[in-house]
Amino acid sequence: MTHLLEDDLQAFVDDVLDEARRGEVEAYLAQRPEEAARLHAYRAQDAALRALFDPVLAEPVPAALAARPAARRWRPVALAASVLFAGVAIGWIARGSVAPLPQAAASLARSAAIAHAVYSPEVRHPVEVGADQQDHLVKWLSKRLGTDLRLPKLATLGYDLVGGRLLSGSQGPVAQFMYQDAKGQRLTLYVSTQKGEGRDTAFRFSQEDKVSVFYWIDRNYGYALSGEIKRDALLALATAVYQQLSP
Amino acid sequence: MDSHQILEHIPRLRRYARALLGDRYAADDLVQDTLERAWNKFHLWRPGSDLRAWLFTIMHNVFVNQVRSKRSEIEKTMEELPVVAVRATQSDSLEIADVERALRALPDEQREVLILVAIEEMTYDEVSRALAIPIGTVMSRLSRARERMRRLIAGVQPAVLFKVVK
Repeated sequence: MTHLLEDDLQAFVDDVLDEARRGEVEAYLAQRPEEAARLHAYRAQDAALRALFDPVLAEPVPAALAARPAARRWRPVALAASVLFAGVAIGWIARGSVAPLPQAAASLARSAAIAHAVYSPEVRHPVEVGADQQDHLVKWLSKRLGTDLRLPKLATLGYDLVGGRLLSGSQGPVAQFMYQDAKGQRLTLYVSTQKGEGRDTAFRFSQEDKVSVFYWIDRNYGYALSGEIKRDALLALATAVYQQLSP
Repeated sequence: MDSHQILEHIPRLRRYARALLGDRYAADDLVQDTLERAWNKFHLWRPGSDLRAWLFTIMHNVFVNQVRSKRSEIEKTMEELPVVAVRATQSDSLEIADVERALRALPDEQREVLILVAIEEMTYDEVSRALAIPIGTVMSRLSRARERMRRLIAGVQPAVLFKVVK
């Protein structure tokens, strides 16, 4: 018998030895019950690991991960190092040019943050129309804003719809949708008309006191997602919102 | 580019990330970072070559650069601490919770190799290429990872392991 190495024993565990070599290992193990028990344990723990993690394969892939940039008007964008570190898919979102920040966009973030700060702490009346009347909510706000609003689903990211309300913005009606996670952390999505602006912007971030806001302008509508959560966490949510609202 | 090809691999990337990090959200963040980089660098992928290996290499690099660098020294020290004996013998039916706990207790580089071999069922050669390490290193990490897991699950004081680890 040729000398057996630990590598052979590992390969035996993985069942990748050729027949001759496998026979040698089996003969060796027949003489060494302790070694046989050790390799048996390795196989058992490998099987347990597969049992533990194989179910992930069957889970639905979150929308934020399944987004296909090729389907978008995507082009590579030089990524700010800090943003890259935050670890996010900005490149395919930032389809606007790096133009000076339009005044309207800056005020969008500010208005959204204020509206968030006003309504998110509400205990009894956080929304006008609750999630139980979701269809009505969407129809009503769509009519007021003059567009077919779509309601992003964030349940896979842990946030369920609470409902929405109509607000008054500087350029007309504004829709505010509220979401909440299991811990009661709330997010608001602010959708406003941007008359005469006409220029899409990249995805932008703004910190307004404690409120983090990701916002963008897309075809005469301004969108802002606000929450008192960390930037990375909010960006994942904003990314999901963006993807679901874009055609 | 055909991003469909990348999409097919997302479930596997998620499984790998979940096994690597444990936490579901941290794992999906890692997958997202990996996909972002893959999409940006897709022109560097040679059609016909193994896309899965390429994606796992990217994930490994992202993991090493971002996750590992953030881990505190305290956590690393914790990994080296002896494990309290839970029970004296190892039974054939392993407790899943014990298995997961033992996996978490492995050093990152051992955990990566074990996951790729045991769960992803890569060949040693594929692991060697995905992690850019010599095949001898793959084998020694695999051997250490399995033995450390076994001892942790069996509740053996890993006194001997200190020698093995270093």
